[in-house]
This record gives sequence, structure tokens and C-alpha cells, in this order.
Amino acid sequence: MNIVTQTATWLSDPIHWSGPNGIPVRLFEHVIISGVSLVIALVIALPIGLYIGHTGRHTNFAVNSANLWRALPSLAVIAIVLPLTTALDPQLGFKVYPTVLAMVVLAVPPILVNAYAGLAGVDRDILEAARGQGMSAPQILGRVELPLAVPVIATGIRSATIQVVATATLGAVFGFGGLGRYLVDGISQNDTGQIMGGVVLVAVLVVIAELLIALIQRALTPRGLLLATTTSAAQSSI
Amino acid sequence: MKAVSLEFRHVQRRYADLVAVRDLSFEVPAGNICVLVGPSGCGKTTSLKMVNRLIEPTGGQILVDGRDIMAQDPIELRRGIGYVIQQVGLLPHLTVGDNVAIVPRLLGWAAPRIKSRVEELLALVGLDPATYRDRFPSQLSGGERQRVGVARALAADPPLMLMDEPFGAVDPIVRERLQNELLRLQEQLAKTIVFVTHDIDEAIKMGDLVAVMDVGGVLAQFGPPREILANPASDFVGRFVGADRGLKRLSLSRVGDLDLQPPTDGFKPRPGQPLVGRRATLKDTLSQMLDADVSAAVVVDRNQKVLGIVTYDQIAAALHDGSTGSR
Amino acid sequence: MLDFGWMADHIDELAYRTIQHIWLAGIAVGIGFLISFALAVLAVRRRATYGPILAVSDILYTIPSLALFAALVSVTGITLLTVEIPLTMYTLVIFVRNIAAGFDNIPADVLEAANGLGFTGRQRLWRVEVPLAVPLIVAGLRLATVSTLALVTVTSILGDSFGGLGFFILEGYHRSFPTELYFGAVPSILLALAADLLLARLERRLTPWSRETVVADPTTLVRTSEI
Repeated sequence: MNIVTQTATWLSDPIHWSGPNGIPVRLFEHVIISGVSLVIALVIALPIGLYIGHTGRHTNFAVNSANLWRALPSLAVIAIVLPLTTALDPQLGFKVYPTVLAMVVLAVPPILVNAYAGLAGVDRDILEAARGQGMSAPQILGRVELPLAVPVIATGIRSATIQVVATATLGAVFGFGGLGRYLVDGISQNDTGQIMGGVVLVAVLVVIAELLIALIQRALTPRGLLLATTTSAAQSSI
Repeated sequence: MKAVSLEFRHVQRRYADLVAVRDLSFEVPAGNICVLVGPSGCGKTTSLKMVNRLIEPTGGQILVDGRDIMAQDPIELRRGIGYVIQQVGLLPHLTVGDNVAIVPRLLGWAAPRIKSRVEELLALVGLDPATYRDRFPSQLSGGERQRVGVARALAADPPLMLMDEPFGAVDPIVRERLQNELLRLQEQLAKTIVFVTHDIDEAIKMGDLVAVMDVGGVLAQFGPPREILANPASDFVGRFVGADRGLKRLSLSRVGDLDLQPPTDGFKPRPGQPLVGRRATLKDTLSQMLDADVSAAVVVDRNQKVLGIVTYDQIAAALHDGSTGSR
Repeated sequence: MLDFGWMADHIDELAYRTIQHIWLAGIAVGIGFLISFALAVLAVRRRATYGPILAVSDILYTIPSLALFAALVSVTGITLLTVEIPLTMYTLVIFVRNIAAGFDNIPADVLEAANGLGFTGRQRLWRVEVPLAVPLIVAGLRLATVSTLALVTVTSILGDSFGGLGFFILEGYHRSFPTELYFGAVPSILLALAADLLLARLERRLTPWSRETVVADPTTLVRTSEI
């Protein structure tokens, strides 16, 4: 009970909601850096992944690089980049760039792999039928392949989002702000209220991010697919 | 192991919202092949699976060798019944030999006995043991896999075999070959076999007894193929069997079943006149006669010696007589 | 730029921290695997539990590791439990999904044939299902091991007694000493890559019966990084 009251106290204290170390500021930092990293990762990974999935070339590259990136500890990535970016730009290079870079590096694999897998997983028979009906290649890509690949691609983006939000938290270890600040400071100051307050905030942010992506995914998924998954789920429960 | 009898007594299988098998009763004497045939949803596969308790009956009794299957441990029961399914279900991580050896191993047979049994069975189903024993299922063709499936089911020499559309997944040529080989095996082993199919021609060819089932798990007719074809018990059976049931019956009778008139002296077959052996079916013979546009076929033995002729009238008489034909 | 003399002086500590790194990860992977195996069998046997088990592991998946470690500090202080509980939980996320998928991918006709032949439930599990689920299980093991090795670096925020190679990373940062930073960062990356390669070999070795390589769905295997 002590933990809960400490957390509640910390969260309800108005001091923590104002100023440069206030919740709104940290939240803003966190969201901005996550958003920027995600966008960069999308710009890099989506085209490559979709290209590989659509053409079926260099699939080994996709899978292998995904494997390789998987193995990288993000803390180490941030660490390696840190001195280099600090040399370039002592201000932001110290706090922001390493984190952003790590986030992009870690967000690219899920997006890339899922973009590839989503397109590659479209039933060949369906594509052949579309071609047989006289649809042009761009039409097939836009009207058949991409819509059918949406669920898988969206799952990848969801993974990437979670990764990004989490790595932003880690950035605090290296001096970046964001909600991770409360976790790192809380541990060093032995301030349970601050720690748990940070935990709660991070959890809420993650849940909201998840919900957003889920909603977007739903909006983009063709209705026929939505119906199909519910019926097959029902059947498999017999 | 000697074959055993199988009896269904008012067997029922109901689910929450439907009855899959309704009041099914029939008897299969030992050593017979009983085919369950019918359209989708007639409950034939459900009925089959109740025999080895993969599905439990909700009513009635099933007796194997006079003993109620519910009184036996299901695992023991299954080890004593051979089971073959359409997709075969060979365990992909085991070799062909290990697959065949599964039930003997479960029963605790000694290793040398298992080894020789595996070789015996592979040879029996037409696969050279030396070549096939150490292969993996992924290296086999569809027909080869199905043969291994049959060998596996026979491994512990069970008195009863269950086969669920075993030849449905192979092409027609392979299917015919497998059907013939099963019949040949059956002549040797004389097991009691329950065989499920949706194909009426397969049912007539394979079955000593045929159970025609209708949607909803109802037994529409039970009897030897000849009986089903000659006297369908209802419109449904008549339609299911097909309007050509007369012709189908002709495939059950062979030229050798007829009383052949010996040829007159100096008789020679005319050019184009079909020559048939005694084992040819009346249906094939009729077909050849129609193709050649002649009114009689000539029956010859293995040395091409003329034994007699077969005419349209004789064939028609055989159809209406109903007394010819072994099944 | 880099002080190689300093590095040479601290080889001992490198060895110590590397070993610490490996065994911190090993405990979590080992225990996590055992728990996950049991959970996965349960999930596959009783379909009703499948959804909830996956849902719970999904929730765990979304909690950033730093937050979980931090949260536990208030409860268990700075002890081995604080380190191992989150590490183990994260392996659960990966393992349960992969092991369950391994069992799920077994063709239905193989299971039906196994039942019809007369395997008991236990025999079927160990002699048919587990061998056939091995490819995905090992894929999960590979992923979980690499993930956990990465996560161990984060435990350095808990202080000197933990952190494995992450210790050098944090120290290097606090002292503005890039040499030490790299002293920790590079080996930790190499360690993770080495583990990945070794387990990839194991993955290939364990499926002699099929000529087609088992392609596990890459979308499920993308690492849930150090979240």
C-alpha cells in the first residue's frame, strides 16, 4: 500500500506538472523523439521492405539483416554512437542524436521484415487471378497486394512503435529527457514515488500508442479481411 | 491375428446443435470389407472414428468381436485396430521404417522381431525394404506414402482395419492400382475392414457389404453391392447410386460367370470382333462390343483358344436374372 | 583516440563482467524456458487458455524494460531478483509464443494418425509433438537468448553489482571516458552476435528430416528488443 500512496502522491503533486522537468515537458520530449524516429524508420524501411516483398529479390538480405539487427543491444548502440555524435554537435549530439539513431536502427527491422513478409505472404493464386482479369501491375500492387498485406505490415509498425517508445525511455540513461528521466533519477535518488510515477506514465503512453496503431490498422484493413479473421477464429475454437 | 466381427447397435452421435449419426445399426462378419458411402455430411467418417473411439458415441453400442468398445481402454483399443487416413499422417521426423514400427514398439515387441516385421510389411505393400526403410516421408510420392500408411496400419497384425478415404488424395491411375493391391492383400490376409468413401464406384468395387448413408447420419441401405444396385431401397439411394446402376451391376459380373455356348467347329472370330478373357467384366465386354459395333464378343483362354461367344441377349439376361455375379 | 593501454590493464575485469553477463542471461533463459514450455503445452492443450496467456504476454511485451526494472526496485531493492524477474518475464513473451506456434504448426493429420495408432497423451507429446516443434522452439531460444543478452546491459543502471558488460558502458559515460564506453559496447555486441550465430547453427542441425528449411514466420520472430 505504501508504494501506491507514494505513487499517487507524486503524481498528484502540482510541482511535478510544471517546469522543465515537469510531466508535460518530459512527455512531449518522449513523444516527439519517438515520432521522429518512427517516421525516419518508416521512410527507410517501408520502401525497402515493400520492394523486396513485391519483387521477391534480395529476400536473403531482408531476413539476414533483420537477424543481425535483432542481436544489437540498443544500449550498446547508443553508447557507440555517443562519442561520435558528441564530437559533431556537443549540444544535441550528446543527448538526442544517439538515442534517435538507436531508435531508428531498432525500428527498421520489424517494419522492413513485416513489409516484406506481408507482401510475400499474399496468396500467389490471388495475384494470378487478378492478372488474369486484366489488372495492370500497378493496379494489382495498389488494389490487391497492399490491402491484403496491411495486417502484417501494421503488426510490424506496431512492434516498431513499442520498440521506439521503449528505447526513448532508455535514452534517459545517457542524459536524454523523456519519461525515462523519472526512472533513472528515481533510482539514483531512491525516490519510489518518482519511479512508480514514471512507470505509470510510461505504461499509459504505451497503451495509448498501441490503441492508436490498432485503430489505424483497423481503419486500413479491408473489410473482407476483418470478417475472414473473425470467422476463422470462431471455427478454430471448436 | 484372426479377423473379428464388428457390430453397430443403434449407434448415435449427437453434438449440441446437430445429430451427426442417427440410430446406426449393421453387422459386419469377420473377414469382410464393409464400405460406408454417402454424400458430405452423412456421418460416415464420424461413424468410422467411433469404432476406435477417436470420437465417442453418445448412444448405442459398438461391438468388436462381440465386446463393447466402451468397456475397453481406448489406447489399448487403438493399438489393436489399424487406422489409415486420407493424408496418411506419416510422422515426418521418423524414417519409413520407424513409422511402420510405431505400434509394435508401443506394444513392446523385441527389436529383431520388429525389424523383420517392418521388412515383411514393406515388401507386402510393394516397396523394396532396402530402398525405402531409411527414407523420410518428405522424400516419397503420394502413392508411396499411402502404401507406407497401410503397412504401418498392418504392423501389429490387427484383426480390424479402419480406412478413411485412403485413396482420395492420389491421382486416378495410382488410386486404381492401390485399390487392386488392397483387394489382393485382402485375399491373403482376410481382415475385417471398414472403408469410408464418397465414391460409389469405389464402394462397389471394394465392398463385400455396402452401407449407404444419407445426410444427417441415417443408414439408407445396407447390403452386398449387387443388392444395392439391383434394388435401391429409396429414391435417395437410387439417385446416389446413379441412373447407370444397371451398367454398374454389369461390372460386378464376369464373363466366366455365364454359361458359354461352345463354338461350332471351324468357328473363327471375325476381324474387329473383340476377344475377351473369362475374367473380363460384363461391363467392359459390353463396352467393347459397342465400340466395335458387333453383336457378339469372342471368349478366349490364355492361349487364344476360343471358348465361346457372348451376345447382347446373354448380357441383358444376366442383368435381369440377378443370379449371376459373386457380389 | 582509444586508450589501448587502459584496455589491456582491465582485461581481467572484462572477463569478469563477460561471465557475469552470460550467467545473468543464462538464469533467465533457463528458467524462462521451463516456465514457458509448461505454459505453451497448457495453451495448446486447453484452447481456452491460449488467448489469455498470449494476451498477458503481450502486455508484458509492451512494458519498457527500464520501467520494469525500476518498478521492481521499490519491491525487491537492488538484488538478483530485481534483475532476474524482468529478464525472465521477457523471455516468457518470446518463448510462449514460439513454443505454442511450434506445436500449432504440426499438421492435423499427423496428430490424428498418432492418436489412431494408440499413443497415450504423454507419448504423443514427447515422441511426436516436441520433436516436430523443435525448429520453432530453437528459433525462439535463439531469439530469447539474444534478447536477454541485450537486456542485461540495461541492468547496469541498478549499480555496480550487476550490468555485465553494460557496467563499462555506464561508467564510460559517467566519466566521459569513450575508451571505457567502447570497452563495454563493442564486446556486448560481439557477444550477442556470437550467440546468434551459434544458435543459428544449432537450429540448422536439429532438423535432419526435412530438406526444406523450416521457415518460421519472420513476423513473429522479430525481436522484441530491449523494451
